[in-house]
Amino acid sequence: MATTLTINGKPHQVDLPDDVPLLWVLRDEVGLTGTKFGCGVAACGACTVQIDGEAVRSCQVALSDVWGEVTTIEGLGTPDNLATIQQAWVDHQVAQCGYCQSGQIMQAAALLAENPAPSDEEIDEAMQGNLCRCGTYPRIRAAIHDAAAKMKEA
Amino acid sequence: MASIGKILRRTFLIGSAAIVGGVAFGVYYVNRPAKNPLKPGEGEAALTPFILIDRNGVTLFAPRAEMGQGVKTTWAALIAEELDVDLDQVTVLHGPAAAAYYNSAMIGESLPNKGYDIANFQHNLGEALGVIGKVLSLQVTGGSTSMKDGFERMRAAGASARETLKQAAADRLGVDRGQLKTASGHVIAPDGTKIAYTDLAADVAQMEPIEAPLRDPSEWRYLGRTQPRLDMVEKATGTAQFGVDVRLPGMKFASVRMNPRLGGQMNGFDDSAAKAMPGVEEIVDLGNGVAVIATNTWLANQAVEAIEVDWGEAPYPPETDAIFAEIAKAFDAAPNSTMRDDGDANTVPEGATVIEAEYTVPYLAHATMEPMNGTALFSGNRLEFWGGNQAPTFMQMKIAEAAGLDTEAVEVYTTYLGGGFGRRAEFDFSVIATKVAMAMPNVPVQTTWSREEDMRHDFYRPGAMARMRGAVKDGKAVLIDGKVASQSCTQQAMQRMTGMPGAGPDKVLVEGFFNQPYAVPNYRMSGHIADLDIPVGFWRSVGNSHNGFFHKTFIDEMAHAAGRDPLEFRLALMRDEHAPSAGCLEVVRDMSGWTGKTPDGVGRGVALTYSFGTPVAQVIEVVDEDGTIRISKAWIACDMGLALDPENVKAQMFGGMMYGLSAACYGEITFAEGEVEQMNFPDYDALRMHTAPQVEVQVLETNRFMGGAGEPGTPPSMPALGNALFDLTGQRARTLPLNKQFNLLV
Repeated sequence: MATTLTINGKPHQVDLPDDVPLLWVLRDEVGLTGTKFGCGVAACGACTVQIDGEAVRSCQVALSDVWGEVTTIEGLGTPDNLATIQQAWVDHQVAQCGYCQSGQIMQAAALLAENPAPSDEEIDEAMQGNLCRCGTYPRIRAAIHDAAAKMKEA
Repeated sequence: MASIGKILRRTFLIGSAAIVGGVAFGVYYVNRPAKNPLKPGEGEAALTPFILIDRNGVTLFAPRAEMGQGVKTTWAALIAEELDVDLDQVTVLHGPAAAAYYNSAMIGESLPNKGYDIANFQHNLGEALGVIGKVLSLQVTGGSTSMKDGFERMRAAGASARETLKQAAADRLGVDRGQLKTASGHVIAPDGTKIAYTDLAADVAQMEPIEAPLRDPSEWRYLGRTQPRLDMVEKATGTAQFGVDVRLPGMKFASVRMNPRLGGQMNGFDDSAAKAMPGVEEIVDLGNGVAVIATNTWLANQAVEAIEVDWGEAPYPPETDAIFAEIAKAFDAAPNSTMRDDGDANTVPEGATVIEAEYTVPYLAHATMEPMNGTALFSGNRLEFWGGNQAPTFMQMKIAEAAGLDTEAVEVYTTYLGGGFGRRAEFDFSVIATKVAMAMPNVPVQTTWSREEDMRHDFYRPGAMARMRGAVKDGKAVLIDGKVASQSCTQQAMQRMTGMPGAGPDKVLVEGFFNQPYAVPNYRMSGHIADLDIPVGFWRSVGNSHNGFFHKTFIDEMAHAAGRDPLEFRLALMRDEHAPSAGCLEVVRDMSGWTGKTPDGVGRGVALTYSFGTPVAQVIEVVDEDGTIRISKAWIACDMGLALDPENVKAQMFGGMMYGLSAACYGEITFAEGEVEQMNFPDYDALRMHTAPQVEVQVLETNRFMGGAGEPGTPPSMPALGNALFDLTGQRARTLPLNKQFNLLV
């Protein structure tokens, strides 16, 4: 039953039933806890990761259906080597409780990869599946615009 | 235990006799220092319970729950300001559950005064009462109290440690302490020689701490200025550890189902299907619920859902309508409190116009982003617990009770909280995690609730009703007479914490109702307690969350009945009563360019509430976009006196507002057959990126006493939105949530 996944560029052997959602493979088996459990029904976006660069809700992707390389928040950047989007999050002091922010950042990173200069409407469209109970939306929006500007300069 | 229960009951539901007794006892006890919970090793010095220095560095303790409000950073800044260390060069930890980490501000808040009009004497009495927090080991994060609590004490801790370190250096150098200076974690001698604090750790470990006066605010480097939050990098990289992220060697994962008829019994269950499911290691009978321990949280959840359970009945009326009928019945009984009764509210002044209105708001869930969870390791004579929580000393006590251990045998490790909002001041999730882990001794077990379990087993913000009667004359309010009815969170929480029923006047039920800074000559506000057994608890801003809506919607109705602009009507009532409140209104008026007139398709509403010592005014703008209503903009002004970290205060203000607007738009917990009907975010939604308004915040600092930040942004949001919708549509919102009455953007 062992399945091989590529997560953040590294291969992982996983021995779990086929129907276990990727979220729970990452968290409880691989030990990558940056990806969060929020609702289990794709309604909050806390579990957002990227598969081949596409933002997906990992609570809805069964282990056997993982179709490509998985990138989690840990693969985006590290405390000593922040990705541009993460630096923007720090610069704008976005997080409050912080629980939803891994998902927010993974969603925003996928947006910027596809659309390097999103409008407010495009941010609304891309980010509306990601819930934040602390209400950090104004700073998330500002951080996305800022990251877009910095990525253009780079 | 019994005596603590008695004191708790008396002091929370305060009466005048209890104040006197409490202070006397408190003063006696408080002169003895609380035991320092830090156990310094060889060469380490724990100068106070808040500062630990060893050869490797300086560690500050911020024993308040970091649930998003930034307390970790500002608490550390209070110590660092006097200690002369750089915030980016120290480690900041939460620390253990300990009596030394009591909250001194919380009980002072329970005094039956209005707050905004208190004299210095009453303020001091509040501070003196705070010492009871110490007697009770009340280590609690809540009530928007952290900064009021830590402001003096943490600077004093820093100053004392600094002077003690200087004395150690003075002894070593053979000079007078007064000749030494400190900066960036070093003592500096007159000749410029620097001695690191870490080098002095072994010396100061032998010394008695020296008391020192506090610096003048003009010398501050950190306080009053925005600091980069210490938790920001962790939270942007997925490395911040929340309760659900605790990972221990050999750990197992559990999922739980408790009776959805809250408080009901379990008659029996059939786990034959669950037992055979993949990954399952143990089925746990919790008496009134079941849990499954497995190798993976999801497998545990699949199995626990497969258990057939015969649940007993709920101890309350099973349908929402019957519950609210019970709440309405409370109006017929004598009030539990009448904390304001100015003038003669029975007699309508001659020539005045009378208006009346009834309002209803629903039960609400906290819905923290991180579902309830806890990790426990039981090793026979000891229990360790890991998790996010707002009250570690209570947690420790309740875990010990559940495990049949002494309190000292329980260690509580507090992680970051993925949202608290009052939910994590309860201890049910810790007790459940404890009982589950006890089924598998010597194995750490993490119990995570499904979102559905979390949504359906909350301590809800109680549903509430208000009956308001008022009179206006010559454009002014001349009478306001209100009654609020709901369950009492305070009495129920007392029962849970102490095992004894709460009694006496409940200030929390009427906060935001009786203590509002409006000069109305005939002003009476009463609270009525509904006798229901639905679990209720402290939801961000607590009583203010319903009373803000009742009182400020009614003020708006009175303004319209008086034929006045709603903002000017309020200002006129407030100017002489409380200048900081009036100041907030003037600032939102100017920020928003309030003219009292809005173009077609645009509506604006205003509200000001005074809660937790902080007046907050909000103007909310709504726009009609082809029949769908969007909340487009919000302006906020608050005055909390001294704002220790202004940008963080702004974040709390707009965050508090968004939390309130989410509830106002979509939040409703209803009951059918004794069970909560809402399961998950699709039926208990919140503001999202596209439905949240743009926001501007101004932080004023004219208030005489320091107010709170975490909660006061919530109460004005709901009436401001309702008032804006009235401006837009001419329809008055007297019940929440608003999506039942208006076509709001979703």
